[in-house]
Amino acid sequence: MSPNDYRMLSARFGRNDGHKLAVYEAEGGYRALRTVLSGMKPVDVREQVKAAGLRGRGGAGFPTGVKWGFVPEGADQVYFFVNADESEPGTFKDRYLLDYDPHQTIEGTIISSYAVRSNLAFIYIRGEFGWLVDRVQKAVDEAYAAGYLGKNILGSGYDLEMIVHKGAGAYICGEETGLINSVAGRKGQPSIKPPFPAVSGFLGKPTIINNVESVASVPFIINDGVEAYRRNGTEKSPGTKLFSVSGPVKRPGVYEIPLGLPFRDFFNDWLGGMVEGEKLKAVIVGGSSVPVLPAEEIMNCNLDYESLGQAGTMLGSGGMIIIPESSDMVELIQVLMHFYFDESCGQCTPCREGTGWLHKIVKRLRKGEGTPEDLALIEHVCAGMAGLTICPLADAAVMPMRSFLAKFRPEFEALIQETAPAGPQSRWPRGEREN
Amino acid sequence: MSKPMDTKAPWSPAPGTRARIEALVARYPTKASALMPCIWAIQDEIGHVPPAGVDLLVETLGVTRARVNEVLTFFTMFRTEPQADHVLQVCHNISCHILGARPVIAHLEKKLGVRMGETTPDGKFALEGAECLGACGHGPCLQLGKHLYENLTPEKIDRMLESLRRGEIPRADTDRELED
Ligand SMILES: Cc1cc2nc3c(=O)[nH]c(=O)nc-3n(C[C@H](O)[C@H](O)[C@H](O)COP(=O)(O)O)c2cc1C
Ligand code: SF4
Ligand code: FES
Repeated sequence: MSPNDYRMLSARFGRNDGHKLAVYEAEGGYRALRTVLSGMKPVDVREQVKAAGLRGRGGAGFPTGVKWGFVPEGADQVYFFVNADESEPGTFKDRYLLDYDPHQTIEGTIISSYAVRSNLAFIYIRGEFGWLVDRVQKAVDEAYAAGYLGKNILGSGYDLEMIVHKGAGAYICGEETGLINSVAGRKGQPSIKPPFPAVSGFLGKPTIINNVESVASVPFIINDGVEAYRRNGTEKSPGTKLFSVSGPVKRPGVYEIPLGLPFRDFFNDWLGGMVEGEKLKAVIVGGSSVPVLPAEEIMNCNLDYESLGQAGTMLGSGGMIIIPESSDMVELIQVLMHFYFDESCGQCTPCREGTGWLHKIVKRLRKGEGTPEDLALIEHVCAGMAGLTICPLADAAVMPMRSFLAKFRPEFEALIQETAPAGPQSRWPRGEREN
Repeated sequence: MSKPMDTKAPWSPAPGTRARIEALVARYPTKASALMPCIWAIQDEIGHVPPAGVDLLVETLGVTRARVNEVLTFFTMFRTEPQADHVLQVCHNISCHILGARPVIAHLEKKLGVRMGETTPDGKFALEGAECLGACGHGPCLQLGKHLYENLTPEKIDRMLESLRRGEIPRADTDRELED
């Protein structure tokens, strides 16, 4: 198995012409849309995606076809949102999908919107991807001109408008209700569920939110069918998945892999192992919010939902962060706790205070001012956050914090001993992260 | 953070901005839902949203002033003060950190003579920290305008600063060579 064997989602990655409508069409693009609009009912599309077993690629892995089925039958107005907020540290795959192949996502969005009977779809792109907003807008304009969007698409009677919406720098707007609220012209703070957006979301109407990669997977499922889709992957994790790999490996980047691929093979054969002089210490496999695994544990995992779940972590967004032996784990968790503290929207006390506490304690440890009670305090604070908040951001902070401490406890303990090295000031550049 | 300039100076939108706002209001399902893109429209013109911009949003979208201010302050990319000519936002999150964001930041601080969060006295450069920019595999990286600069090294930074000082925006890594 090698990277070039799997090109369902990434066929046009790395090319300088894949963004063009003519190229996409010449390679079979918009054929799935024609198939759908010339004879499939919305329910048929939903059933096909359900049968394929596609699981949401935004992080939670919820079956896409099942989610679509939650929209109440007979709703007068349904909204569809493509989540391209991509802000989970370590994750940069949706950017590739939209950069190299915007029409694949647009076609997937049209079909998905049809499946839930929506006439207005948004593509919500994080504000930092300014150039990408322009690229996708251009592709959307092309799709309108070609009759794939707008009124009476391809003569089918189906209407769909598509708005490319630019975010403005808030991780929390990647959370689906935060995203919806921000488009409604409010702060991007999440709302309590239930009601779930599929029942009452944007402007109080049924709303489906899917990750870019989820919708981009749909045209293949329509064109090639359920069996072809299930040819890759495992029973519970069908299909292929994009992994974005960062850290000191020989070949970082975005890879499409058949789910179930052993990590060991992926690491050695696809990524080429570590760069000269570095050794693998640990891996955060699915974006910064999932538990870290030490090298010896990840080496026995397969890259799929079940195997990673059994190992105590999650596949998440597929943002794989490779941590070398030379990294200081306490320093890395300080970086992450700073991030979650900064990005907490502040509505829930356990999250607002807890992320602040965790950041403060870790910083204190690194300054050489920690006490033996601090490690118990970390655990205590985590216990007061997990599962107790409006959205999962608090859990997203707790999972790395707990796992870093559990798996690399000696590094934390070393900072508390009297012989602890002098504070981090010598190692931090001045002025950084004093907040 | 901001460049010294009179924030009270009267401002009224350029015809292009006004037209853009009108089109957005027509396109979004409710007026209030056009708030974010309308803020972008103003910011694309003058780099920030001045008090007169807030007035315009309140009038055009029929939302309260409190609502506009709430949204303006919630998002890190929205600015209410004039900005430096070049705002360099360097990612300090985990992947970039592993790949050497700290020395890159130290180098920028030395070359610009300012610390993170500060603006050079001539108002040309501001140096800011950023959370993950979605370029983790190509770190360290920074954002400037609509683009990302990746695989940063001290040499690459020196070249960037030189061309910015000459008034040229260096070609970004995300500005790929494309067939049209
Ligand atoms: C703090 C937070 C940030 C999130 N960020 C993203 C994101 O950037 N992109 C994304 O697709 N999903 C993100 N999610 C998950 C979304 O809430 C949602 O589950 C997802 O977009 C659903 O799409 P899917 O079913 O296709 O995966 C985030 C969730 C949380 C709690
Ligand atoms: S858990 Fe944190 S981010 Fe989520 S709603 Fe509560 S305060 Fe906001
Ligand atoms: S961690 Fe720097 S771009 Fe993602």
